Amino acid sequence: MNDLLSTTFLVGLIAATLRVATPLVFGTVGEVITERAGILNLGIEGIMFLGAFVGFAAAAKAEAAGMAGYLWIGLGAATVSGLLMALLMGLLTVTLGLNQHVSGLGITLLATALSLFGFRLVFGESSVLPSIDPFPQLTPFGDAPVIGPIFTQYLLTFVAFLVVVPVGWWLLYRTNFGLNLRSVGENPEAADAAGINVFRTRYLALAIGAALMASGGAFLSLASLGAFSPGIIAGRGWVCIALVIFARWDPVRGMLGALLFGGVFALQLRLQTLGFALPYEVLLALPYLVTIAALAIAGRNVAYPGAYLKPYRRE
Amino acid sequence: MTTPPPAVEMRGITKRFGSLVANDRVDFTLDRGQIHALLGENGAGKTTLMRILYGLYHADAGDISVGGQSAVIRSPRDAIALRIGMVTQHFALVPPLTVTENVVLGHNQGVRLKLEDAHRRVSEAAERYGVDVQPRALVKDLSVGERQRVEILKALYRDARVLILDEPTAVLVPQEVEQLFDALRRLRDDGLSVVFISHKLREVMSITDRVTVLRGGQLAGSVQTSETTPAEMARMMVGRTTFGMPSLDEASSTQPAARAVLRLDGVTAVDNKGLPALKGITLDVYGGEIMGLAGVSGNGQSELAQVLEGTRLCTTGTITVAGQDVSGADPDRIMKAGVGRIPEDRHASVVPEMTVAQNMALEHLGEYTSNGSLNRRQMRAHAEKLIAEYQIKARPDDRIRTLSGGNMQKVILARVMERNPKVIIVSQPTRGLDIGATEYVRSRLLEQRQRGAAILLISEDLDEILELSDRVAVIYEGEIQGILPRTEADPERLGLLMAGAKDSPQWA
Repeated sequence: MNDLLSTTFLVGLIAATLRVATPLVFGTVGEVITERAGILNLGIEGIMFLGAFVGFAAAAKAEAAGMAGYLWIGLGAATVSGLLMALLMGLLTVTLGLNQHVSGLGITLLATALSLFGFRLVFGESSVLPSIDPFPQLTPFGDAPVIGPIFTQYLLTFVAFLVVVPVGWWLLYRTNFGLNLRSVGENPEAADAAGINVFRTRYLALAIGAALMASGGAFLSLASLGAFSPGIIAGRGWVCIALVIFARWDPVRGMLGALLFGGVFALQLRLQTLGFALPYEVLLALPYLVTIAALAIAGRNVAYPGAYLKPYRRE
Repeated sequence: MTTPPPAVEMRGITKRFGSLVANDRVDFTLDRGQIHALLGENGAGKTTLMRILYGLYHADAGDISVGGQSAVIRSPRDAIALRIGMVTQHFALVPPLTVTENVVLGHNQGVRLKLEDAHRRVSEAAERYGVDVQPRALVKDLSVGERQRVEILKALYRDARVLILDEPTAVLVPQEVEQLFDALRRLRDDGLSVVFISHKLREVMSITDRVTVLRGGQLAGSVQTSETTPAEMARMMVGRTTFGMPSLDEASSTQPAARAVLRLDGVTAVDNKGLPALKGITLDVYGGEIMGLAGVSGNGQSELAQVLEGTRLCTTGTITVAGQDVSGADPDRIMKAGVGRIPEDRHASVVPEMTVAQNMALEHLGEYTSNGSLNRRQMRAHAEKLIAEYQIKARPDDRIRTLSGGNMQKVILARVMERNPKVIIVSQPTRGLDIGATEYVRSRLLEQRQRGAAILLISEDLDEILELSDRVAVIYEGEIQGILPRTEADPERLGLLMAGAKDSPQWA
């Protein structure tokens, strides 16, 4: 048990928590912004997957071509792929007013299949998994004890916690666009009557959200792994959907939810290596069980956005 | 001296929805500084015409000019730019936001939302126009009357010079109506032009300067209010000289039974959020009487109706029907105890995709079943009988969703009344119905009273309550505020009770 309480263990746990939580922060804030406009984007799982693939493929090609900024090219390409999926989701749910569940699941299936197909086209079937030289970790506090290793993180992790969350919050609550977005998600009739373009606002929310989701996926392939594999997202998108409800549609609470999931995930990884007495399958399930429990406790009687799941049509 | 051009002029407006012509070459002229009533029955095209002016609909034909300038209004944004504001029947407010956020919504420029500035500007505007609202309050915490003030403030904040109000008094207690009228008169004196959509003659007479009447989508006439009479307006609305709305006066009196048929004793219940909705309701309804339940919507009426139908649990207290305790019983047992229900939302009390015959048999399927299969011929015969008896314009095999509101309501009435229930719980029975159907529903209710049924009439239409009820109970925040016999129930006394006695909100 001493191992569990040692400084090294805790520092490692906190550092890993931040790392694991990073893609979830991107995904959750993206989904919060989308849902606040009244759209449930179940395409999140597929969009994160597509972001991971497109980011990786573009970066690998650019690296092979000898371009210095290949990782940034990858990140940019991932963002564009997210925007394209947002456009498709908008076409289905905003313009055509189709069922959001079905449209979102369709996007996930499409984006997942496109990524796997694209992977074969681009990299063929080699026995060695292709990889790239990933983003390096930054060390703002150098070798300082405790905070040094804790803050030895990828740039995108800093971006997630220091930019995405505060800017997401500011956008929702402190800008005119955010006010418009929230009213479109609560009462699109009222927003329309007030002269707000409901369709445009919803498309924009989808676009911002999907760009974040795709970046979250790209974080995994471009930074933490430096590779792409079919199991790279492994349900993280679905976890984000749960975290949004846990967060009651607030970016800051969403970040806390992501940290909770990330913390339990990082903990169970360490317990596995410590040879804890529980079967590893149970440990693997732990973060998901905690998410369900947190949702069951915090997600009761929550006020969904008023126009959640409802397409808007002028009468 | 040249007369200034009218504030709004609409010429030859035509609007079709499929095969329905909602507006047929309608002309409408609104002068400056005028309160102008747009009068007509439900479905006469009043709201459609104004939605066209506000850019929510697009006319198929016709021209609009605003302040003498020809105008093309494609969306509310265009209308707002032309300084036209509209307060719709369903308020266009966002409940989780503050009053300020609602007021500035869509009128906010730049990137940053400057809330402090906005609060200050909104309270200044509220003061200037004499509208009493708290800028920082959340709209969801406001009463209906207060929400209406926010809506009006919203229009004024956008510098509206033309204010369209769609049935603004439908949701208000009489005292609030007076406050609204005072505010409207003040605005008119400031030079604003107001369109007042209504079907209430009394209000039109008291507040408006001019009346335009629509009937069946067409212009039926336009006159100065001072030069007309309620009778003439009624004639223009319905297209016949007189119409007799059945009321208690014409029905012969009955002797109420000595014992209450429906008794509620200390009934409490919670709403969907788990908050107390009914706080100890005690009420007796006698056989052969109509007990009206008046109140501003949202004071527990829906929950009370649901408790009496068995679709909501009463947490404490007892309900008895003809001596039988039905507290906590399910809808089937309550029905079997002799309760008929005509719920508030008629679309929710039928199965829209099923036929008229099926819907008529639905509550008593057991009676049409033999050896586990439905006897469709018997269901059909039953439906044909009721259709003839209740003059329903439908065939047994029509899907019920294709029926008009009036005919759908007749199906529901027939289904309840053919069983001669001891108790009838009826909510908003004539909401959204035209005059003919309203008349029919009311006369059937009076017939049931005559027969000796105990009727609880829950309605937000005070006129309806006053015309039909032997006694009137007023519900306020889940409590019975008072019960008045018909002779003592006048709008003013009821209004005070509906507003929770003396605490009526104020227009400053």
